[in-house]
This record gives sequence, structure tokens and C-alpha cells, in this order.
Amino acid sequence: MLTSANPVTADDLRGQVRDFLAAHDHTAMDRLDFLRARFDAGLAWVHYPAGLGGQGLSRALQQVVDVEFAAAGAPTNKPERNGIGLGMAAPTILAYGSTEQKQRWLRPLWTGEEIWCQLFSEPGAGSDLAGLATRAVPSADHWTVNGQKVWTSSAHISRRALLVTRTDPDVPKHKGMTYFAVDMTAPGVEVRPLRQLTGEAEFNEVFLSDVVIPDADRIGAVGAGWQVATATLMNERVAIGGGAAPREGGMIGSAASTWREHPELRTPGLQDRLLRLWADSEVARLAGARLRQQLAAGEPGPEGSAAKLVFARLNQEISEFEVELAGAAGLRYADWTMRRPDGANFYGRDPGYRFLRSKGNSIEGGTSEILRNIIAERVLGLPPEIRVDKDVPWKDLPR
Amino acid sequence: MTVVGEAKQQAERKQPAAAAASLPDLLYSEAESQLRAAVRALLTDRAGWREVLARTETPQSYDTGLWHALAADVGCAGLLVPEDLGGAGASYREAAVVAEELGRAVAPVPYLGSAVVATTALLSAGERLLLPDVASGAFTAALAVPFAAGPPGRPAPAVRIGAARDGDPAGTSRLTGTVAGVADALPADVLLVPADGVPFGLYAVAAGEAGYSAAPVVSLDATRQLADLTFDDVPARQIAAGDAADAAIAAALTAGAVIIASEQLGLAERCLEMTVGYVKERRQFARPVGSFQAIKHRLADLWVGVTQARAAARYAAACLAAGDPDTPVAVALAKAACSDIAVKAGQETVQLHGGIGFTWEHPAHLYLKRAKADSIAFGTADAHRASLARLADLPAPAQAG
Repeated sequence: MLTSANPVTADDLRGQVRDFLAAHDHTAMDRLDFLRARFDAGLAWVHYPAGLGGQGLSRALQQVVDVEFAAAGAPTNKPERNGIGLGMAAPTILAYGSTEQKQRWLRPLWTGEEIWCQLFSEPGAGSDLAGLATRAVPSADHWTVNGQKVWTSSAHISRRALLVTRTDPDVPKHKGMTYFAVDMTAPGVEVRPLRQLTGEAEFNEVFLSDVVIPDADRIGAVGAGWQVATATLMNERVAIGGGAAPREGGMIGSAASTWREHPELRTPGLQDRLLRLWADSEVARLAGARLRQQLAAGEPGPEGSAAKLVFARLNQEISEFEVELAGAAGLRYADWTMRRPDGANFYGRDPGYRFLRSKGNSIEGGTSEILRNIIAERVLGLPPEIRVDKDVPWKDLPR
Repeated sequence: MTVVGEAKQQAERKQPAAAAASLPDLLYSEAESQLRAAVRALLTDRAGWREVLARTETPQSYDTGLWHALAADVGCAGLLVPEDLGGAGASYREAAVVAEELGRAVAPVPYLGSAVVATTALLSAGERLLLPDVASGAFTAALAVPFAAGPPGRPAPAVRIGAARDGDPAGTSRLTGTVAGVADALPADVLLVPADGVPFGLYAVAAGEAGYSAAPVVSLDATRQLADLTFDDVPARQIAAGDAADAAIAAALTAGAVIIASEQLGLAERCLEMTVGYVKERRQFARPVGSFQAIKHRLADLWVGVTQARAAARYAAACLAAGDPDTPVAVALAKAACSDIAVKAGQETVQLHGGIGFTWEHPAHLYLKRAKADSIAFGTADAHRASLARLADLPAPAQAG
């Protein structure tokens, strides 16, 4: 927040950007040198501390800086390529990393020189993340890690990863974990594509075999891994922001366009479904806008957890509708060839892809069932699930 | 100064919310929250569900004492009326907040019919004689159209205009006909009656006139008892004619749909609270039933639905208050979303209370019945979604053959 002790205004920031651009001609400079200089000038993320790419200002002021740089046609750090790095790794490092770690990791993370990924889920630990089994065993000044991680986006292009491991099997599961940053180029790290039901591999499996991690790359205390991992996952939700989507800006837009362009596909039953989906999508858009207004007014509510449930349901129902609307064309699929896209791209693909990819929306980032538990317990205050594993040493849990 | 008057002044001081997109402020202002607190305090004191239930079994199904306290003391009757006509000069945003509270209490008062629907008709018609008394709560007014009237278009009037009798004051017409299933007409002092003739018009009829009668209907929702109205050569005064009358009725029905959506929202929210409270206390199998995931997930889904409906209700109230061109879409979205969630909430309240929820002695049925009746009032969810076919350009299939 801006206070009298911290009088930098939006206009001041615009001036800083202009001065920076006058001193750094992006058309004549190496792109990375330009971005590094921007970081060093405190114009990378203004809400970060001075010396770490920011100036300790309000997060809301970042937009002012981004707009100025964009207007000048300056190169960006391509944030879409490093979503986990910027959205989850950076705030975790800032909150729990040592001074040395912040100095070492944040600049190349922000410039995009080092892409980060997240090694959390395991084949045996999905919704029950705290049950994870990847072991880290300490030696003098390093740890040796063995295990398997799964559903890792961007692992094949990442330089570093956030990693949660089991370091003490003799205590209950939440207590025996430790958090690290791991160098994805270290010996023993193997990345394999994980082909999903769409035919392509957005995700990876990551096998860790005797991977050595220096103790200097541990984030947080030994045994505090769950606390740090929870903070990382909380940051997944802060990603809301930016402007509201326009009407028909989501998946409903392509369904509505098809409806308008193809009168021959219309039936009364489909129209009834479309009107319902259109209304629900528009109401969900308004609820998202209301959530942003709450955040902007400094009264964050728990409504964010509703948004993901609604988004998953609507994406699934709209894409089911679209495939049916397509009729005979819905029997065709563009391409089953195994490919490695940078991420999920719902738009500009055929309805069949959307139908299949949206099935993941109610699983990834917390299943809809777990989200309902969270809402019931944290928002409504209903009794927690009965936990038979809470006070049992991890090694004694049935599995 | 009434609470509403103070709230209004504060509202004027409040900075407009940062419009991130071009959407209006969907939150509640400080002034709106104060108005809510005043209404809730009155209802908590005077409209507990036991009193509401008991009243449904008496001939006086409307609580006129409560209505006068709400209308005059809190200032709710004149919310929409400009200050120079004795009102509070507030907007549909504030009117919607009052409706949320009345929905929470299933309160048997003619707020919706008088302070919202009839008042909007009078404002649209530019009628200034009646408004000061309606705003002060001295008169209660009702628009004589069926409660179920919604899109598309206004209902065809069943009342006809006849000639004045000898000795009638100048400007008098005589109305004859019936209107079935009118809400908030039983306690009304003045009826606003759409009547056919040349031209079509909107007429004011005093409830005390000979030839007028309002027969109470045994209503699904006994907390808002309907009436069948009969006009038998009743003297009436024209307050709008032709297009102006059509516009007044359309504006009134639009306002009714918007404000009842907020009533449905408040009702749903109260049902959720009541049910969450109950499943925390009620024990079976030596556990609170609210610890079973089958119950938790249903209530989580209900909460999600309420968060969505709230955005729709606030958007519709804000659009109507600002005269936004998107108002027709906003009305359809709000009435559809809030109708569905209120009925779902009423049904979940009965089911998740188990046996006690199925009894007469528990308030669940009051909410279920109000929710179902509200879902039909001012057009069903389906009717409002159907209007989106035109508004959002999602046309129907061509007729076969």
C-alpha cells in the first residue's frame, strides 16, 4: 500500500520508465541485457523489494509500468512461458528463500532465462499430496533424492523446479517433508512426456534417481516442507487479476458463433441447452468481475474457490454441447499425433479437443471433489473429513 | 432523518468504484450495508418465523403493522421516490438490498408490490398526486396484473373501460372486469389497473370504491397471499394512456423481476445458513450429519450457486439504477439465476433437515413455498432465458415444414 512514507506515485513510475528507456535503447540492445537492466532498475515487479527487481510498492502499480513498456514496444519477459516460475516459484522464494537464494534465483527467473516447473504430485500422491514418497536423504552438505513426480507442466523446458520430498518417514506425513529447488540439468533427472487423452503431451513425468541437491538449495527449514508447499499452492489463486473478460470471451463464444453461422445445426433441445450455458457463462463472468472488485477494494472473499468449480463445469458442458452441435463433424478429430505443446490452448482448436481437454479442468489444480471439501470446511465451517492418517508415522500408513 | 436519508447522503459521498472493466460496482456500499442492518434489526424483532407462520393461518395474512414500521420508520416505502415528492431519492441498488432482507425473513409485507412495482409504474407515468402518500407509507399501492406476468410483453388486460355515469367528477372512467392472482393487492389502498378501450390506459382505483373487491386466494406462498380482483363499473382516474401506459407497465414488471431476484438471493442465503447450522448440530451415527461428504458437497454446491446468483442480482440492480442499455440482458440473467438457486436452496433445506424439514412446525416449508412462487412470479427462469435468444442473438431453429 502507498503511505506517506512511500510516496512513489503512478506518475513517478511513468517518469522512471521514460528515464530508463532513454538510457537503454531496446532496439539496439541485446534482449536479455535489456531485461536484466530493467530488473536492476526496480522496474520488473514493483511490489517486490528493492534490490530484487522491485521497489516495495503496491502490486496495483505494476500495471502502470507494464503499460509504459508495452507502449514503447520494449521486449517482454514472455510471462506466458514461465507461468509457474512467476506465479508460484517467485513468491515462494521471496517468502521462504534465504537472501542468497533470492539474489541467485529471482533475476534469471524474471527475465525468463530460467524457466521453473513444479515437482509436487506423484503417482501415489494426487489429492493426498502430503502422502508423497519421494525420499531425500541428507549427507554432509547435500541431499540425495530418489522418486517419481508426475503431471509436471514445462518440465522439458525448465532449468529449475520446486520440489517437495519426504525427509523423515518416522513422523506423521505433514511433519516429515522438506522443500528444495532442484537443478533440472543435474545428473539423475529424467523427463519423459506424459501423453494425455487428447493425444498430446502437455505434461511430463519426472524421474529422480540419486539426484544430488546441495543443502544451499533447500527452501525453508528441514521438516517445514508442507508449510512452504501450502504457500506455493495458495499463490496459484492470486493469479486472478488483469481485466475482466468480455462477454462471450470464454468457451461459450465459439459455441455461440457456431450456432449463429450454422442454422442447419439448430434444434429446440440444443437451443434450450445453449441459452442455459450462455446465461451461466455470463453470470460466471459477472461473478469473476465481482471477485476482482472485492480484491481491489481490499475485501478478498472466499469466492475464488467457487470460480474454479464453475469454470470446470461450464467448460465441460459447453464443449460437450459443441461436439453434439457439430453433428457428423463431431465424429472427426483433428490429430492424434503425439506432440508437445507449450500449454493448453482451448481456442483455435476443434470442439473435440476442447471436449477432451476440459475433462482435466475438474482434476488439475485440485479436483472438484477436494474443492467442495475445502468450501464446506473453510467457508461453511462444516466438520473436517475423518483423518485416520493424521497421527500415524508416514512409514506405517497402509499403501 | 430516516436511516435511508442518511444512507443516501453517504452514498453521494462515496467515490465511484474503480471500474476495472466497464462493469458497474457489484459490491455493497457502506450506505447499503447500513440500510440492510436497519431492515434486519426490525425484521429480527418483529418477523421471526414463528410469527410469520402463525400469521399465514389468520385472515390478516399481511402484517400491516410491520409494513408501516418498515415503510415509514425505516423509510423503505419511498426509496425510489425523488426527494421533492417526499421519498428518499435512492435507487434500485438500495431497493434490492431491502428485498434481500425481506427474502431472508419471508416477511409478509407488500414492499415489492407497493414500493417497487406500483411506484415504478407511477414514476414512469409521471404521476405526482399519489407518489407522496405512497412514499410516506400512508397509501399502499398495487399494480393489478397477475403475479406470474413476465416476458414476453405485458399481459392482455381483462378489464374494460366504460363511460362515466351522470354525476361522476370530470375525468372519471368506469372499469369492469377481473384480474386473477395479483400479489400485494389485499393490503392495497389504491390499485393501478391496466384497462382496454380506446386508448388502452393505466387507471387508478381506490380500494374503498363500491364495485371493487379483492377475494383472497389460497396461495402456494401464504406469506404473500394473492387475490382475485373484481371491478364492477368502478370509478377510476386515468394516469397514463397508450404508449405511456405500456411503458409504465413494462417498467414496473422489469423492476419487479430485478428486485424479486434479490429477494430470491436473500432467501437462498438464509436457507443455506439455516441448513449449515442444522447439519452441524444434528447427530446421527454418533457424528454431526454435516461431517458426511454427501452433505458437505451438496452445501458447497449451494454456496457456489449463491455466489454466482449474487453477482447476477447486483448487476441487474446496478444496470436498472443507471438506466444501462444492458438492462434487458441483466434482468434475464438475474431472474433466471436467482429463481433456480432459490428453489434449489428451498429444496435442499427440506431434504437436509430430514424429517423435521418436512413438518409444518419447521420454517423450511415457508422458504420452499416462497421460493417456488417467486420462481413463477415476473416470468419463470425458462421464460427469461428464452428472451436471451433475441437479446443475445441465439435464434431458434427454423420451423419445420
